Amino acid sequence: MNGRWLRRAASLKPPRKGAAALAPPLERAQGTWLLAAAVLSVVPHGLWLPAWLYAVCLLLLTWRGLLLWRGIRPPPALLLLALSVALTVLVRVEFGHFFGKDPGVALLALLLGLKLLEARSSRDVRAGVLLCLFLQLALFLEDQSMAVAALALLGTLATLGTLVALADPAGRAGEHLRSAGLLLVHGLPFMVAFFVLFPRIQGPLWGLPADAFSARTGLSDTMSPGSISELGNSTAIAFRAVFDGPPPAPSERYWRGPVLSAFDGRTWTAAPSVEADAPFYTPEGRRFDYTITLEAHNQRWLLALDYPGEGGPLVRFTSDHRALSARPLQARARFALSAYPDARIGKAESAAVLTAATRLPEGSNPRTRELAARLAAGAASHAELVERAVAHMRASRLVYTLRPPLLGAHTADGFLFDTRRGFCEHFASAFVVLMRAAGVPARVVTGYQGGEINPVDGYLVVRQSDAHAWAEVWLEGRGWQRVDPTALAAPERIEDGLAAALAANGHLPFILQAELAWLRDLRHRWEAVSNSWNQHILGYNPERQRKLLADLGFSQSSALKLAGLLSGVSVVMFLILYGWATWQRRAMDPVQRAWMRFCARMSRVGLARQPWEGPLAYGERLAAALPDQAQDLREICRNYARLRYGMPGPGDSLHTLKRQMKEVRVP
Amino acid sequence: MPLHHANRLLETAGRIILGKERELRLALACLIARGHLLIEDVPGVGKTTLAHVLARLIGLQFQRIQFTSDLLPADILGVSIFDRETSAFRFHPGPVFAQLILADEINRATPKTQSALLEAMEERQVTADGETLALPDPFFVIATQNPAYQIGTFPLPESQLDRFLLRIRLGYPDRAAERALLMGEDRRELLERQPAVASPAALLELQHAAQRLHVSEALVDYVQALLATTRTSPELVSGLSPRAGLGLIAAARAWALLEDRDHVLPDDIQTLFPHVAAHRLHLAGDGRPAPPATIVRLLQAVAVC
Repeated sequence: MNGRWLRRAASLKPPRKGAAALAPPLERAQGTWLLAAAVLSVVPHGLWLPAWLYAVCLLLLTWRGLLLWRGIRPPPALLLLALSVALTVLVRVEFGHFFGKDPGVALLALLLGLKLLEARSSRDVRAGVLLCLFLQLALFLEDQSMAVAALALLGTLATLGTLVALADPAGRAGEHLRSAGLLLVHGLPFMVAFFVLFPRIQGPLWGLPADAFSARTGLSDTMSPGSISELGNSTAIAFRAVFDGPPPAPSERYWRGPVLSAFDGRTWTAAPSVEADAPFYTPEGRRFDYTITLEAHNQRWLLALDYPGEGGPLVRFTSDHRALSARPLQARARFALSAYPDARIGKAESAAVLTAATRLPEGSNPRTRELAARLAAGAASHAELVERAVAHMRASRLVYTLRPPLLGAHTADGFLFDTRRGFCEHFASAFVVLMRAAGVPARVVTGYQGGEINPVDGYLVVRQSDAHAWAEVWLEGRGWQRVDPTALAAPERIEDGLAAALAANGHLPFILQAELAWLRDLRHRWEAVSNSWNQHILGYNPERQRKLLADLGFSQSSALKLAGLLSGVSVVMFLILYGWATWQRRAMDPVQRAWMRFCARMSRVGLARQPWEGPLAYGERLAAALPDQAQDLREICRNYARLRYGMPGPGDSLHTLKRQMKEVRVP
Repeated sequence: MPLHHANRLLETAGRIILGKERELRLALACLIARGHLLIEDVPGVGKTTLAHVLARLIGLQFQRIQFTSDLLPADILGVSIFDRETSAFRFHPGPVFAQLILADEINRATPKTQSALLEAMEERQVTADGETLALPDPFFVIATQNPAYQIGTFPLPESQLDRFLLRIRLGYPDRAAERALLMGEDRRELLERQPAVASPAALLELQHAAQRLHVSEALVDYVQALLATTRTSPELVSGLSPRAGLGLIAAARAWALLEDRDHVLPDDIQTLFPHVAAHRLHLAGDGRPAPPATIVRLLQAVAVC
């Protein structure tokens, strides 16, 4: 047992010739750290990567694990090369191209797995660390939720741990973890500064064409039997709203989406409408102010509460009384809106619109037409006709169900007279056909109805399963009136939501079932947390940035000013950290400072001094690694040792030491 | 400065004991630091020869005491015998009155006998019949010990182990050294033909020189940090005593002297630490002596600055 032990423990094996001499071989702990970082970086991508690709990545990482712990032989370079080429070709086959995010992420993940297999020196680890960081960044291209952010942070922690282990191979895993955590904490103020001050741009930062316009679930601008009941099974959140005062009653919560007035016998489509900066009606009556946070749906409609009034500068209004965004919503977005539920709309509707609203395809739904004729006979006014039709539908005992039977060519006939079972689109569609057949202008409105107040944060959550369709009829002197035929068969759908209406049928998705109280509670809590993440972190847009900065006293901030402010704050924080570090170093004497500088310089070429390493031992190691300057390096370390630990000597020896240190050439 | 004596001594000794330069140097450093040496190893690896070589080459008065289970303290220290001519008891000094003593297989003797020698080692004097007799100077004990698991041994208690400055292990010679050993002539004969290359006076001079070696504040800081680490380590029963700390610095001084330096470096401390600490530290779990891995961990836990 002797000093050689120490050197062996640090695994400073005899150097090979050339550049390899600079890169000390990999310790198992370092390899384990890197593997952990890689696993944490790759695993979350499993949600998006093609299954075979993900499996290959995991296999490569497992292989690396076997290499580390079972000590099996590393694969030959030729095999790795062949694997790289084969996998690259497969990626090309899978995606059809190399450009864009998806093939990029796939290649990164594969590259990391392959790089790990040939990782032998600290240089390879550094390359692996870079790949890990890129993969963590790529996570946010897919999803910016809180869970993904936590996963990415975990990955970053492991990656920092790898770097720490690289710098301190002898340390214990716990110490590495602590240092990595400390580094993350050091980064915290910078993160906050960049988050608050980095100039924001409107819309998603990475609006890659292929990704931004991909299909998403939600309402569409057409409706045919079955298109909305499809959504009934989806518990995905469509949007959230928070009201400035008390929210409207559940039966008043009609969130207006596409208005459909063209009908081909089966499918309803939207008719063209006119856009303007202000609503097409005179706001009156009660007013509700609210903020809506919409999930991205790639459409312009804002699903505003009936009937939308004022909005911000980015909100436009249509002649069929919808609110639109200026641009399609490709990212989650917030809008402050107001609603006037008691307003009268379309009192002076144009003749063209009204004509279009009575048009039916020739020869369709003969039995409904016959019924319409019967109801129309003897009705004094359109209003009375509507009342009669409503009474008739109520009397015919239609059943509300998520699983309606298939309908034939005459959808309204089939529903009203044969199957008598349907979802909201069947009710609305049949009612509008009936009205048009009787000569009353009518149209279908789709959107969402209801929503659930989350008791945790007070947000009203509207899910895809709240998608709904209802009817509007136009009456002389009153304008467009909402009639919800679904309420005739299942009033609880409107009052208490889908769950109550379908409880008897038992066809509800699991988490919507009201009996699972604890599960609902848990869901409420989780959704409240992730909503506050959405509101405060992801919802931090240019407007809110401007407002916050104005509150802080920086009004009229341009991107350039922000950049300047950000650099200023960064420099100040950097100076504080740097000053703190130098202050700590200042406590040392000049010899010590010179030595620390020298050691830092050496550490940049992979020859860091271990904290416990004595000067002579370090000198020997340096000499072995840089044989052409062996003599000088030994001399430097000996001189430092004499200055530090020897008798106080002649005054100029520090000067000599500094000169010697300066003369060392590092590759 | 008679360092050349030391170098010649090491060189000559290295010709007799092959492939053990480092252990020889440690033994000499122990001698220069006025400490006693414990050699722990299996029989037949040259423990006795090492003691012989040192005694012969420095020209020290040499005594070998073979410890057995029936050895009595008086067999070591000496006895007072009634002298009829003077009508008084006269003290007959035992083998301990020599400059270099080889206490062979010290753990074969009973604790009582062991402690008689160890007390003499510590006090550097022997008290018999109320009379105190100083031991010669230099006075150096090399004790050998078979590993404790052998049958019929009395392992030295911790308090006694503390009296040995250094513990070394010789180990088997490497392949080349063993081959030379097997081919060459008998080591004893070789040694008997070998004249002394140094003198007790030169040794005393070296001892004084070592004591004058510079120990800086920074080094004391380092040693203190090291001691503190042994005392707070959860792996160990207890840490190193101040005596061990003194011994560590003394041994490091001697080592630095042999390296021809006038000051002590953390490197010296690190070289000597395993030999100073390993027989004094015991694991918290089962009380075993601290294994090399533990010692390395202790060293790596303390930063040199």
